[in-house]
Amino acid sequence: MDKSLAVCIVTLSRMWAYRVISLWPGTLAVAFLGTLIGGSLVGIMARFGTGDLTAIVTDAYLHSVISFTLWQATLSTLISVGLALPIARAYARQSHFVGRRALITLMGLPMVMPVIVAVLGIVAIYGHNGVITQLMRAAGFTWSFGIYGLGGILLAHVFFNLPLAVRLLLPAWEQVPGESWRLASTLGMSSTQLFRFIEWPALSAFLPGALVIVFLLCFTSFAVVLTLGGGPGATTVEVAIYQALRFDFDPGRATLLALTQLALCATIALTMSRWLRSQPLTQGLQKGLRNRPDRNALLNRAVDVLLITLSALFIGLPIAAVVVAGLEGPLLRVILDSALWSATARSLGIALIATLTASVLALGLAMTARRLVLVQRRPGATDLVLLAGSVSLAVPPMVIGTGLFLWALITGTTEVVTLFLIALINALMVLPYALRSIAPVLIDSGRRHHKLCEQLGLQGWQRFRRIDWPAIRKPTAFAVALGSALSFGDMGVAALFDTSGAITLPVMLYHRMSAYRFDEAAVTALVLVVMSMILFWALDRIVGRWLS
Amino acid sequence: MAFLILDRLTFTTGDWGLCASLRVGRGECAALIGASGAGKSTLLSLIAGFETPDSGAILVDNQDIGSLAPAQRPVTMMFQEHNLFAHLSLYDNIALGCHPGLNLAPADHETINQALEATQLGDISRRRPAGVSGGERQRAALARCLCQKRPLLLLDEPFANLDPRLRQQMHALVDELRQTHALTVIVVSHLPHEAARIADQMVFMHEGQITEQGSASITLADPQSQELRDYLQFTPSG
Repeated sequence: MDKSLAVCIVTLSRMWAYRVISLWPGTLAVAFLGTLIGGSLVGIMARFGTGDLTAIVTDAYLHSVISFTLWQATLSTLISVGLALPIARAYARQSHFVGRRALITLMGLPMVMPVIVAVLGIVAIYGHNGVITQLMRAAGFTWSFGIYGLGGILLAHVFFNLPLAVRLLLPAWEQVPGESWRLASTLGMSSTQLFRFIEWPALSAFLPGALVIVFLLCFTSFAVVLTLGGGPGATTVEVAIYQALRFDFDPGRATLLALTQLALCATIALTMSRWLRSQPLTQGLQKGLRNRPDRNALLNRAVDVLLITLSALFIGLPIAAVVVAGLEGPLLRVILDSALWSATARSLGIALIATLTASVLALGLAMTARRLVLVQRRPGATDLVLLAGSVSLAVPPMVIGTGLFLWALITGTTEVVTLFLIALINALMVLPYALRSIAPVLIDSGRRHHKLCEQLGLQGWQRFRRIDWPAIRKPTAFAVALGSALSFGDMGVAALFDTSGAITLPVMLYHRMSAYRFDEAAVTALVLVVMSMILFWALDRIVGRWLS
Repeated sequence: MAFLILDRLTFTTGDWGLCASLRVGRGECAALIGASGAGKSTLLSLIAGFETPDSGAILVDNQDIGSLAPAQRPVTMMFQEHNLFAHLSLYDNIALGCHPGLNLAPADHETINQALEATQLGDISRRRPAGVSGGERQRAALARCLCQKRPLLLLDEPFANLDPRLRQQMHALVDELRQTHALTVIVVSHLPHEAARIADQMVFMHEGQITEQGSASITLADPQSQELRDYLQFTPSG
């Protein structure tokens, strides 16, 4: 009896151990994330010590910063998504015209464009001496748009997030089964009725997610607020952390602000996490889009053309301004400067390490999530693993950066570990994008092929190479390309660690803008944007075709 | 005199082409049969106005409807899936047949109630599509077709996903409604022997052409072309 009990216990222990060991990729990834974020938070708490948390309630400056952060994020979100709705509808309604694909690609450019570069372009078009103001002056109008302050911040946020929201909302129309459009055309539905009965129900599944993503991006926006705001009346929590550390050298205040930002972001991300999940796909007759009854009405076509043209100009003009200003600047002098290429090499190194780290973490988490849902049948645990990958939405990179920066200060290793830490924090920033691209496809591939792979004994590397990689190759390539472009152009954490002479390319551009060396800044911006595009294009193609 | 006339209708997409002429009498039911890709659904799409023919004419009750938008044609259509809007109740889905904005007059409610009664959906009309069975969903779609009060009903395999018993019931319901509401029906089916229970004529399509047509029972019992013989060899006898 005792022997059989022992055998039973040993067998159960082995089964339990196997269940745990088989989850090693995700376990390692979670451990890594936990160490990095935990270490950073310990750094913050150690510095804060027995600090006065009541300051969060009593500090008037902190109140004004929090209010402004929430106010600008709310306004930016409402304007961006509010404008994106009719523009996305125009693109969906006019589903076949020459140049549509090029215009949608143009909508994707702000996503990979370094923020600091875009700000330069926005100022060139909408600033005090920008093209629009000059045209208005020539027409006899004296009014000019106040680019510095809330107006400029909103404008820049709309520049970045309107196209993002359009791209987040457009799939809603692709989800509508073709039969619905056909049905609507036999019923004789008007444009308003189409919106009410077909488009709004489809959009309602996508709209909350788009609102949450845009809100979180605007809430944690750094470079835009630093360059176009930053005064006492236009400072966000992230910028206030930077100012406390870099200008006032007040780690105590920076810690208080970082804790505040952590609490706000965690609350927002946790309460809104259910809207951040990707939407399920429904199948129908996709070709039925052509049967949309209101697409050829003259008024609708005119409205659509107007909306598409205005949005393309709004996005395209600042980008064009960056290119023109760069080409007109002291091109040779800046390009022949070795400091520019040293900064470029640093940024490139950061981008590649960050992307590689984020991809490995995303793959580990996605593989474990797949095993949990398909083999161990634990969907709740799957959600938790996937949520771990989005931790940087709740614990913003600036907060993690503050913690690690404080550690580096305490240990006196700032100059040694700077680039490595920037790369790791950027990896956390990129991880949610990579995970959202890879995980659904990997899990879907598992659903289709898991039993067959088990039957054939296809496991480990062979299964990954033969079955999984062909399925995830394209989304991985896009995630890697997007992540590297984002890291390459990121200024937030790099600016925080800007203590040694080892600056990155975006920080170099910021220095030149701050020093009013606009000619050099224009050329640096052009180099930055061209390098970002090359990086995006090259990685998308190299990874996308690897082992294809 | 034929109620529906397709006169040398042609349509091409890529390197695939359709060429068809057909006559269906008022109140008749014609079953379109043929292998996948033969052009059955495309023919229905041309009649409904979802596709534009390259040449030829579509006449309903002696009127050329070729230039009319789908909503203006005297035609209503049921698909295999997605016939109902998931966020609306069955009642509202049916009511869309009376007014596409759901601005209903008292007479419309009367029409809807009659359609609900005819399709035996009265008790569950306030439920949403996700809360009822596949057969009930298709009955609701049929009820909406009745509310549209259009004389030509096109059925693009709407009962293909139902079990055999339910399919038979739905065919019987269509047949009953055809007689009580004076409908002319064209039904696409992959089960010719089942369709023959309600069809007056059988129309066989092969590679975009109507290669054989005639009385349902005779066509199935004595197929003339080799293609139809081959096709029937692999279909259940019903």
